[in-house]
Amino acid sequence: MRVTVIDYKAGNLTSVLKALRHLGAEAEVTDGDFAPVESAERIVLPGVGHFQATERLDVTGLTRAIRAAIARGVPFLGICVGMQWLYSGSTEARQQAGLGHFTEACTRFPDAGEKVPHVGWNSLEARAGSLLLAGVDAGEFVYFTHSYKAPVTTDAAAITHYIEPFAAAVERANVMGVQFHPEKSGTTGLKILGNFLAWEGN
Amino acid sequence: MLTKRIIACLDVHAGRVVKGVQFVDIVDAGDPAALAARHAREGADEIVLLDITATHEGRQTLFDTVRRTALALFVPFTVGGGIRSADDAAQVFEAGADKVSVNSAAIADPALIEAIGRSFGAQAVIVAIDARRDHEAADPIRDAQVFVQGGRKPTGRRVVEWAREAEARGAGEILLTSMDSDGMRTGFDCELTAAVSEAVSIPVIASGGAGTVDHFVDVFGRGKADAALAASIFHFGVSSARSLKEELARAGVSVRLPC
Repeated sequence: MRVTVIDYKAGNLTSVLKALRHLGAEAEVTDGDFAPVESAERIVLPGVGHFQATERLDVTGLTRAIRAAIARGVPFLGICVGMQWLYSGSTEARQQAGLGHFTEACTRFPDAGEKVPHVGWNSLEARAGSLLLAGVDAGEFVYFTHSYKAPVTTDAAAITHYIEPFAAAVERANVMGVQFHPEKSGTTGLKILGNFLAWEGN
Repeated sequence: MLTKRIIACLDVHAGRVVKGVQFVDIVDAGDPAALAARHAREGADEIVLLDITATHEGRQTLFDTVRRTALALFVPFTVGGGIRSADDAAQVFEAGADKVSVNSAAIADPALIEAIGRSFGAQAVIVAIDARRDHEAADPIRDAQVFVQGGRKPTGRRVVEWAREAEARGAGEILLTSMDSDGMRTGFDCELTAAVSEAVSIPVIASGGAGTVDHFVDVFGRGKADAALAASIFHFGVSSARSLKEELARAGVSVRLPC
């Protein structure tokens, strides 16, 4: 199986590529050329750091190519900031629009005397019927590191609690996102990435 | 619920894992890649590889060791030792590290924290602080003195103000080693850890002094640590992260189990 991984200069791709290849995927990287996106079988958009970095997706034309691929039904997985980008935007960079596939916006954890960022292993409550989280039992742990998060909506595929409940994963048909890092989440993370690679739709 | 992390630390010298007792008297304990894989399999939440002699001898981190260790490791992996520039950090990330830990170089040039964070994100930058209580200071704990070069050289910096500056410059986590406790197996310095943890909003990883399960219970409670680092307790078959975490869970500490 072939996976197109998008490099928009937001952090390090090594771990994501290593995990995908470990699972038997043939992973190719594109950092601006959108031709690979036009012929992609599956797309992964990783990303750590600041939401503003997603501006590069607009500048390079990748946003338009990704939108078209999603419309064709190509399975898409956004990781961390890559998930947040699926929403209308983030209060981290208000002038930078997201893809808007999900209409809500991402916001910072409220100040509640708890540490922000949320860093470490936290548990998932997966929605029944999620294909991305198939086989993930209630309470399985995954690794998070983030200060901004997506709200809980009907598209949430998993909920995690930190200060307040947030969407740890989102899934609507072929468009999926995870706030945590499956490539760093041990056997649970590899299972989730494996589900994405095996995704063939309903 | 967010859990307390148990981080296995591999102190590496010349490509082999060693563990210092107050930074001297090193004993060979094995191959880094094999030990990292074993710790991950046995329930460690993260792996840290510290090249303990890199700064002192002016050597670069051993990229081959990092690459070999990262290859089949699917938990967060931090590398420290000898990282002096954003380019050094980039090479370590390219070899497969998820985070880098900077210590002496960040003291010498605090802008290094921002430089690495700009390219790789704040979450990827751990500022390691080695501190020793200063009994001549007004507050021996908050004003504990920061040392560099593997604990050889005092800097005149004070632990709380340096931790705050590191956070302001974009550090993602603080790795705090108590030089008074390190290698003694008599417990973490909970007062020192709590003083730093309360002063910043980023996670604090406590290091130095682990010898028993109760020491971990203490540092997660009284010490307000978000994570704890341990090396010697894991080596030589004394314990595993999993058995440690099972005992912590029985003592009421929230940890990742099963793992």
